[in-house]
Amino acid sequence: MNAPIRRISTLVALLFAALLLSSTWIQFVQAKELQERPDNRRTLLANYARERGQILVGGNPIARSVPSDDELKWLRTYPGKDLYSHITGYYSFTYGAGGGIEGAEDALLSGSSDKLFYRRVTDILTGKEQSGASLELTINAKAQAAADKALGNQPGAVVALDPKTGAILAMVSHPAYDPSVLSSHDTAKVQAAWKELNADKSRPMVNRAIAGNLYPPGSTFKVVTAAAALESGKFTEESSIPGPATLDLPLTTANLPNDFPGACGPNNRVTLTRALEISCNTAFGWLGMELGADEFRSQAAKFGIGDRLSVPMTVTPSSVPAELNEPQLAQSAIGQYDVRTTPLQVAMISAAVANNGIVMKPYLVDKVTSSDLETIDQAKPEQMSQAVSADTAGALTRMMQKVVESGTGTAAQINGVDVAGKTGTAQQGPGQPPHAWFTGFAPADDAKVAVAVVVEDGGTAGNEAAGGRVAAPIAKSVMEAVLGR
Amino acid sequence: MSTVSSHPPRTRRNVELVLLLLAVGIVVLAYVNVSLAVNNEVPAGLTTQVIGLLVLAVGFHLVLRFKASYADPVMLPIATLLNGLGLVMIHRLDLAAGRSIGEAQGTRQLMWSALSVVIAAGVLWFLRDHRVLRRYTFTAGAVAFVLLLLPLLPGIGRSVYGSRIWIGLGPFTFQPGEIAKIVLAVFFAGYLVQTRDALSLAGRKVLGFTFPRARDLGPILVAWILSLGILVFETDLGSSLLLFGLFVVMLYVATERISWIAIGLALFSAGAYVAYLIFGHVQTRVNLWLDPFSPDSLAVSDQLAKGLMGMAAGGLLGTGLGRGRPYLTPFAESDYIIPSFGEELGLVGLFAILMLYVLLVERGLRTSLGVRDGFGKLLAAGLAFSVALQCFVVVGGVTRVIPLTGLTMPFLSAGGSSLLANWSLVALLLRISDQARRPVAELVTGPNATSDAPTEVVAVR
Repeated sequence: MNAPIRRISTLVALLFAALLLSSTWIQFVQAKELQERPDNRRTLLANYARERGQILVGGNPIARSVPSDDELKWLRTYPGKDLYSHITGYYSFTYGAGGGIEGAEDALLSGSSDKLFYRRVTDILTGKEQSGASLELTINAKAQAAADKALGNQPGAVVALDPKTGAILAMVSHPAYDPSVLSSHDTAKVQAAWKELNADKSRPMVNRAIAGNLYPPGSTFKVVTAAAALESGKFTEESSIPGPATLDLPLTTANLPNDFPGACGPNNRVTLTRALEISCNTAFGWLGMELGADEFRSQAAKFGIGDRLSVPMTVTPSSVPAELNEPQLAQSAIGQYDVRTTPLQVAMISAAVANNGIVMKPYLVDKVTSSDLETIDQAKPEQMSQAVSADTAGALTRMMQKVVESGTGTAAQINGVDVAGKTGTAQQGPGQPPHAWFTGFAPADDAKVAVAVVVEDGGTAGNEAAGGRVAAPIAKSVMEAVLGR
Repeated sequence: MSTVSSHPPRTRRNVELVLLLLAVGIVVLAYVNVSLAVNNEVPAGLTTQVIGLLVLAVGFHLVLRFKASYADPVMLPIATLLNGLGLVMIHRLDLAAGRSIGEAQGTRQLMWSALSVVIAAGVLWFLRDHRVLRRYTFTAGAVAFVLLLLPLLPGIGRSVYGSRIWIGLGPFTFQPGEIAKIVLAVFFAGYLVQTRDALSLAGRKVLGFTFPRARDLGPILVAWILSLGILVFETDLGSSLLLFGLFVVMLYVATERISWIAIGLALFSAGAYVAYLIFGHVQTRVNLWLDPFSPDSLAVSDQLAKGLMGMAAGGLLGTGLGRGRPYLTPFAESDYIIPSFGEELGLVGLFAILMLYVLLVERGLRTSLGVRDGFGKLLAAGLAFSVALQCFVVVGGVTRVIPLTGLTMPFLSAGGSSLLANWSLVALLLRISDQARRPVAELVTGPNATSDAPTEVVAVR
């Protein structure tokens, strides 16, 4: 009977070899994948056991973790309540990290990022309490507060950029919410709040500045059309172009009218500068058809439309339709038809004009620091593209200055500062109130700030809204805040 | 290779004592480690507890010195170490759950450990010769049959999370399958020693295999039907696999015929497949096994998924005892004690634990090789293999080698019946190993010795 017993011991060895293999598979090969599963409570608890890094604006925390004496050792709090909700996002035990920096830079904040690897090893060796990295944002607290106050309870968004670097100075989306209700450790309350926020028809959790249902840019897009015209070499700011009361569109019975009664100038003609100043639809519609779809679309692309961006939150790409016939092109040239943009993209157009035609990559995180305030990473401004030549940028600046000086954007004037800008009133469908837009920058000769403002459905002004009346004053107060006035 | 050496045989009791002290030392270290990690202090009353542990372990050692001085020196230290580590983990989970001493599972487990050690020592003390058991072959068969069917009886049978392998008497719950495992091994060994010649010699040769005669297929068919009955009615693949695997392997050892294994595997696979097709609960188990993370599976049970995530959290080196979160997995102290160790001791610790089982089984098989009588050989091989198979079923279940079952890990898992059965099993193995390693001149000659000693008696029928 000894031979079979020996064979049985081989069988036993095989059985245990299978167990060694399977446990190695789980604890070594698959371990990382299993630990990164969103439903892994152990990973969540481990993250909560470490102090999560702060999110700072001007040295003050807008998101920080405070010790908590329940199972989760740290409670995430947002001292700014809803002022920074779309920037920070939320950090919830039940719903994870999302909605802003909390989600986009989770690895750094939680301390699990590979960038922190050596620091982690040192911490383990020196026996120091581990904690995540803190992020200092580019946000200007005054500009953010001004934008929030000026927008008030109107749904819409405000974005302010530093045109020279691309640093985001303000990012406000209304309606907002208080992320603290989602970071609470009271699961029932968090679930109720989450349900309510998601059911809310005004969609408070959507960051309208970079995502959501993009907006038609309306007349602010005439800056892009004007840029394409100047870049083509066929036109200058003083070129005289047709500007009748209504533009007869080919292929269709519909015509393109102006927002105001009558033609844009004597003899149905108008200069390019004047056309922008008074926001002449017919002139820009004609210009679009004259330039052609390819030229128009490539100019838009040079401003960054269609690019995928992360600031570090993912920005929904703005778009110009790929196929445009003549009437559609005329509509697109004035920012209607199916052209869709984020407020961030519109601000980038103004910023490029202000920065000699150079588009800078927008960013929100200025500095990454460890818990002992040592700098781990410092943002470096990055050039995205040259949208227009410096000459064209100069011409566009002069034209946009006219808009604020004596055109549709006079409400954005700031005492003693030259402001350049463009208004917009974006039609939606028949019967729906338009969106009010303003984009611009100041000071015109050496810009410190570029802004874009959109007020959904014309805000409180209703159907008669024009970007000049509703959006321009908001842009004005944000620019004043940045310029310290 | 022969285990009968020409050197003067040594008892190796001193080696056992050293290993035993080492085992107790490791357990105490682990215990202190847990207390430091969880409460930041050395446990109160540590000295008393250490002394208690030493009294039990060394007491058993002394029984061996007096009653089985040639017994295998490694088995007792391994059983002590595993039992102790299990106690530490159960205690650690008690602390996490905030259970008081009175209601703690650790307290119960400690009491059962003490009782089991005493009973095992009793087995060694009173059972001077394992061959006595052969007299009770058919009694053992009847007892095993009853034990296996008990959980199905209305009133005392309990269904715990889908498996009906428990019985409850008042506040006590018991897995009779654990005891049945030993009793069955005794029955199989006694029965096969009698019939092995008929089973191994008669038959016809087909394709190089000697297939048994149809009328000799009776016993394996009975075992097959019984194991399928357990799979279907007690809904436990583990018990079913354990019972049938034990029988087939012992049959193979007795007859030296590989065809028995082929027939057994074919029968079991076919039966299990048909059961899978017919019975919903078997399908549920299989689906859980194939994809524990699918929404359907998670809706049924997230235990497997949680256990896997726990093991993943341990990684290579583990979180350290008392520093992980094994309590997040349901039944972390019983069915899932292996993932609990995987999480806190890491892959390295898990390997070490599995190696302890390999050593234990290997010593059991070595005993089987060394012992002179056929009954002892079969019994030792069966008992040792049952431990290996049970480890495979349990660890394979939690690491997704096979579908999950409700068996306990020998010595580690919380559960009185399991401890009692496995300590008794080790006592039997120790008894047989004493016979195996004892020089012939010193062999005890019991009343049955003359009829049992020649192992090659042909039972004519």
